[in-house]
Amino acid sequence: MSINSYLDKLGVLLWKEIRSEFRGQEILSSMLIFSLLVVASFGFAVDLMDDLTGQVLPGIIWITLTFAGILGLNRSFTAEKQNDCLSGLILCPSDRSVIFLAKTVMNMLLMAIVELVTVPLFFIVFNYPAPPYPGWFFLALVLGTYCFMIVGTFLSALASASKAGEMILPVLIIPLIIPVLLSAVMMTKDSFGLMTGGTDIYLKILLVYGVIFTVLPLLLFDYLLEV
Amino acid sequence: MEIAPGEFVACFGPNGAGKSTTLKILAALSKPSSGQVIIDGQDIQENSLALRRRIGVISHNSFLYGKLTARENLEFYGRMYEVSDLDRRVETILDQVGLILVANEPVAGFSRGMQQRLAIARALIHNPSLVLLDEPYTGLDEMAKGILNTILKELSQSKHTVFLITHDFDQGLEQSDQALILVGGKIVYSCKPRSLSREEFRLRYLKLAGGGGI
Repeated sequence: MSINSYLDKLGVLLWKEIRSEFRGQEILSSMLIFSLLVVASFGFAVDLMDDLTGQVLPGIIWITLTFAGILGLNRSFTAEKQNDCLSGLILCPSDRSVIFLAKTVMNMLLMAIVELVTVPLFFIVFNYPAPPYPGWFFLALVLGTYCFMIVGTFLSALASASKAGEMILPVLIIPLIIPVLLSAVMMTKDSFGLMTGGTDIYLKILLVYGVIFTVLPLLLFDYLLEV
Repeated sequence: MEIAPGEFVACFGPNGAGKSTTLKILAALSKPSSGQVIIDGQDIQENSLALRRRIGVISHNSFLYGKLTARENLEFYGRMYEVSDLDRRVETILDQVGLILVANEPVAGFSRGMQQRLAIARALIHNPSLVLLDEPYTGLDEMAKGILNTILKELSQSKHTVFLITHDFDQGLEQSDQALILVGGKIVYSCKPRSLSREEFRLRYLKLAGGGGI
């Protein structure tokens, strides 16, 4: 299968994902409502002194994004289960990894929208200034989200094969993304200017994690579909 | 067993006989525990990508997306199968299955019969040379059954190879060149339906399959 054909199929699958999601907006709306509720809850519940806010805010942001993400991932393969559409996709003459890649890109797109709305709100609600290193902050968000979504999409496909998929997914995913969460939180904290160096290791962890969990699911997805 | 190009094969068997599993193996959806499926000299497991292009599957499930319209579903599958002149093909096939007037309606609002007709269109959008059907008459009204029979006749006349799984003797035997009875994952009987009467076939089935699935 040529690279052009592969990219064409990726485009077709993304077109289908986007059209289906934005017609019903079931996944996006639940992710947004959940994250806005968390922002509001933390805003009311936590009254932090200025010097503490910066220490705690990265953790609060990433916890919110993690659970909003899991909410979206849980529904990621639901549309494919209805009418057994996944079999329809498997029958198509394309490399099956393209299905996984399209789902990952779609999940990242949804997370990007959630982050675009939620993250600025955290700074407003906690009355915290914009990060002094916005590039580093942006890199933490992009890499953290990518690593989370690539492993999350794979586990979502795995969990969707089970009847208790929605319960299984968080149990599977949280232990696996601990390195991602720790690294992303530390990089975010660093972007606030609250670390005294030595944060390159977290960038390296995210990069290595990203590479491993990009290659592994692409190789294993075909076998996963046979389960 | 061998199926010649253009042959129409009907497969019967009681529940749990392995009919749907056989179809999944033929469609490269499942791997066989033993044996091989060879299509035009190529093993389906080894050349699945190329051979899948030539296979169309109609199952109990429609493989259709409820939020997309009938036209969007066909466009989606047509693009996945790299169908040339897709717009015209979509119009033609929607007309063939009698859904042209509801082409822009979301599939979620369709009745079971309409969904099954659209599923037929979906399976044939890329003009496959091998059509696999798993109990396609389930839930169809008389009009939809008529459309399916017409399409099956056209497929048979245009030398498409058809493998039909059904519990319906009348529908299955009417058009088939070869009839099989599957019990416990094995073909226990095979015949040319024209060589014996429907009643004789029914009696043989009852003897071999114990009456299950009728």
